[in-house]
Amino acid sequence: MTIFDTNRSGRKTRIFAIASAGGHWQQLMELRDAFEGCDVLYATTLDGLADQFSAGPAVVIPDCNRNSRRRAARSAWAILVRLIRFRPDVVITTGALPGVVALVLSKGIGARTIWVDSVANAERMSLSGMLARRMADLWVSQWPHVARATGARYFGAVL
Amino acid sequence: MIFVTVGTQLPFPRLIRAMDAFAETTAEPVHAQVGGDDSAAEHLVARDMISPEEFDELFRSARLVVAHAGIGTILSAKRYGKPLIVMPRRHALQEHRNDHQMATVAALTHVPGIHIAWQTSDLFRLLSDHALCPASSQPGPSKAALIDGLSRFIRQRERSAVLRGDLTDASRYPAPPPERPSS
Repeated sequence: MTIFDTNRSGRKTRIFAIASAGGHWQQLMELRDAFEGCDVLYATTLDGLADQFSAGPAVVIPDCNRNSRRRAARSAWAILVRLIRFRPDVVITTGALPGVVALVLSKGIGARTIWVDSVANAERMSLSGMLARRMADLWVSQWPHVARATGARYFGAVL
Repeated sequence: MIFVTVGTQLPFPRLIRAMDAFAETTAEPVHAQVGGDDSAAEHLVARDMISPEEFDELFRSARLVVAHAGIGTILSAKRYGKPLIVMPRRHALQEHRNDHQMATVAALTHVPGIHIAWQTSDLFRLLSDHALCPASSQPGPSKAALIDGLSRFIRQRERSAVLRGDLTDASRYPAPPPERPSS
């Protein structure tokens, strides 16, 4: 498979995989098989979490939510620094808001972007997911009816 | 040991109170991560928040896990092969911002090892059943399909391949107009 896992310059495909602690992170972990053969840098919002899943290398970034612009800015800065250093080819997130921030910033460095909406959103796309829509080259829901209603892609679900 | 968890974001007093009442009737220790719930839980070994390592440890050593219908908890039960009883949070009872846990749970009714307590009475019925089957760590076909879809996108070499539409669903774009017969 090596040939498929390298990009044109001959190095391995680099993936920046980011999710908030909790269910978002767990779903990202469930998707790890999709990153096989790639160089992955994981990012989450809780210290010790990545170790617990033997996911490495990993970095911790400050969490943020819609209620605090200041926290969002701190989070964005930390993500930006990582993106510039790591230069990923692909950025994938399962949410929540830090993931949206990562996709916005990834556009600036020319990475391809993937949003996988949480399987918890069985009735409609999450608010973060709606925000990520225009930033995601691949915009995925884990529910077929949500995908149909929004124009997202559906492949399957982690459950 | 029974491990009760309500996640890290919101308290879930209805579940904690029910488990406290149950703990009074059994000799089996009941550990609970109560998530900012300050109502008295006399018969539980109650903790507000626990570290990821402790959560892991409690989850592993539990005979049974009882929880809100959080995705993280459901995935942990599958990962560790534990029987899981879930009680969805209800918006009407101010237990969550919306009723998404009800929808999640409705979609889980056929997943082996995930036992649904729609209400407190179901919870007590399930707790009295000592042969609840454990959740399976085997990935299903749906998960394999999701991983395959993502994997194909990741392995597209160039951005242009995406922009050309090699991976986009035909249904998202209008079909090309039918060719006009040359008359």
